[in-house]
Amino acid sequence: MKKYLLPSIKLTVLLLVLLAGIYPLMIAGIAKMAPGKGGGVTVTHNGKVVGYENIGQKFTEDKYFWSRPSTVDYNAAGSGGSNKAPGNPDYLKTVQERIDTFLAHNPDVKRADIPAELVTASASGLDPHLSPAAAYVQIPRVAKARGMAPEKLKQLVDASTKAPVLGMLGPSTVNVLKLNIALDELK
Amino acid sequence: MTTEILGVIATYGLTLLLAWPLARYIVKVFNGEKTWSDFMAPLERLFFKISGINPKEEMTWKEHLKALLTINLVWFVYAFFMLMFQDKLPLNPDGNPGQSADLAFNTAISFLVNCNLQHYSGETGVTYLTQLFVLAFLQFVSAATGIAALIVVFKAFKEKSTTKLGNFWDIFLKTNTRLLLPLCIVIAIILAFNGTPASYDGKDTVVTMQGDTVNVSRGPAAGFVAIKHLGTNGGGWFGVNSAHPLENPNYVTWMTEMVAQVVIPIAMVFALGMFVNRRKFAYVIFGVMTIGMLCLLIPTMTAEINGNPAIAHMGIQQATGAMEGKEVRFGPAATGYWSTVTTIISTGSICGFHDSTMPMTGLMELLAMMLNCFYGGCGVGILNYYIFIIIAVFISGLMVGRTPELMGHKLEAREVKIAAIITLLSPFLILAGTALSSWVLAHHPEANWAVKPSAWLNNPGYHGFSEMLYEYTSSNANNGSGFEGLGDGNVFWNVTTGFVLILGRFLPIIGPVAIAGLMASKKFIPESAGTLRTDSITFGAMTFAVIVILTALAYFPALALGPIAEYFSLYR
Repeated sequence: MKKYLLPSIKLTVLLLVLLAGIYPLMIAGIAKMAPGKGGGVTVTHNGKVVGYENIGQKFTEDKYFWSRPSTVDYNAAGSGGSNKAPGNPDYLKTVQERIDTFLAHNPDVKRADIPAELVTASASGLDPHLSPAAAYVQIPRVAKARGMAPEKLKQLVDASTKAPVLGMLGPSTVNVLKLNIALDELK
Repeated sequence: MTTEILGVIATYGLTLLLAWPLARYIVKVFNGEKTWSDFMAPLERLFFKISGINPKEEMTWKEHLKALLTINLVWFVYAFFMLMFQDKLPLNPDGNPGQSADLAFNTAISFLVNCNLQHYSGETGVTYLTQLFVLAFLQFVSAATGIAALIVVFKAFKEKSTTKLGNFWDIFLKTNTRLLLPLCIVIAIILAFNGTPASYDGKDTVVTMQGDTVNVSRGPAAGFVAIKHLGTNGGGWFGVNSAHPLENPNYVTWMTEMVAQVVIPIAMVFALGMFVNRRKFAYVIFGVMTIGMLCLLIPTMTAEINGNPAIAHMGIQQATGAMEGKEVRFGPAATGYWSTVTTIISTGSICGFHDSTMPMTGLMELLAMMLNCFYGGCGVGILNYYIFIIIAVFISGLMVGRTPELMGHKLEAREVKIAAIITLLSPFLILAGTALSSWVLAHHPEANWAVKPSAWLNNPGYHGFSEMLYEYTSSNANNGSGFEGLGDGNVFWNVTTGFVLILGRFLPIIGPVAIAGLMASKKFIPESAGTLRTDSITFGAMTFAVIVILTALAYFPALALGPIAEYFSLYR
């Protein structure tokens, strides 16, 4: 054991410099050329930074498209999911409440048409996306609140939809923050 | 859903395409042949010179293990004290506190053993200094430790009769400089250009569209996320790991991280065949591992895509599958694939919460970690599989009434005893741990810990039991994922899982290295008509049967109480 102790300590110190010192500094340096300069990509609206592209936000007003339920209330100082089991009775009660709230705000929508992600909490609590279906289903409410034509909103959602990678890998997504900014800029 | 399933298939295909050339490269590096990365050689020589190491000195298997254990001990002491006193050290822009002794003990061990069970949250429980200089550092070197142990076994396979099995320091350092670091740089750059933060800036504050003020945690995460996957570590920069939209911003990064975590384990299987020049032997192993993976993956993806029956019962259609604890940009198919891969190869990173997956998925996740040998973690996956091969050879030998042989060496009582002990160790640690925690929960629900036992479980009934079973299974497999609803941030869980982690890591490394070393020192017996062929499909099927039977016998009762019972209560 003794024979190996000193080499172990010295090698550890050297590797610390290489792997924990130089390596992340180098990545930080290269990332200066990336969007957001390695500090996360921000989104501006009316000349003000209103959020991060990849961090979801809470939208509760009828005139905006809502984000998914979040267990951390979209405060990105932390992150978290519900960790509720599929059969947990308390959890199912919460889901039922979310369905009722959604139906109260969206009287034109039939229960069977509510996409599951609008009544279930995301993993991160910061999910910035919706599926296109979850955006479409909110169109009648937003249209009524803003006095706009639903067709126009549908076009907006379609324009904001990001197709799968190479058109065939993974799901289609809509970034809620960007969609709502586009919505505000429409008028 | 079609594009989501296509995405999974494409990602697996891409992994195989990359694993093949990587395997060739690994073989070249450890055979000492010329490669493009030889420009690192002067740096390695400098490191050896300063450290007073002669990299040409050949070691026996015992010397290998002594060196390995010594340097691991150094890392443990270093990590423990750094985590405890991180609040007094620099690079702490968010002002996070030091860890308590029991939490530092658990965190240090957990990263030391390539597990990355995290009983803290990345945003508040560690500082940039400890993230980089303790956790990311250990993610590199713990992966290199596993690979170094495996290369010793490769060398023992290759030689006809020898006690000289290469130099530990040489293999270990080259794993870092030639394999992990270059690949990490590529992956980190891909992540950084897709939106993962890499700068050292602290939290940012923004006022949102609706006028709420929120903080956004950041930090030099891109490099960390790269090694967390490449080294099959799994510990996340942020609390929710790769479900966090900064840690895993889009489907491209999802594919990148997915390929990164499984490419070395698969490449190692191919490398085995090339290194010892028994390619068919490696193909059979790869075949068994892949079939094993599919047996776990298909039920998982089916269950997740079909959604939660209890929510369907409320009249919700779930066209996008079971979405609780999942992110829209990945969806149920990708999250299901990730959950299978991360549990078979002991990464333990997540892109959706396992606690909220369907009971069938939970069963598959638990089984995957109990088996822990389909591809498996960096280096250690094949070591675990090797133990099953020993058992399979032994049983086959008994069946035909002949002294069993493997790779031209007799397999005798001592080796079989070691293999048997290692096989029995996992069920012992997992089941004894779960029994102990269940007992404490039932008899001392009000014990005065940071989280009282009565508040441990986030879910009632069978699933609550699964949360405890999962925690010990994950610890023993050095996996690091969790049914995260479990209130594990207290002295009971920190200490008990800490010990399971150490035993579950080092004994399954010592055992196979010892067996391989002992076998290699024996007289070489040339193959004859009477030799049991270990590179045949029959033998592959035999190994698979051994794996399934041993696992089923050991774990069925516990699984029946957890996910199986939950399944039948949910799908009535």
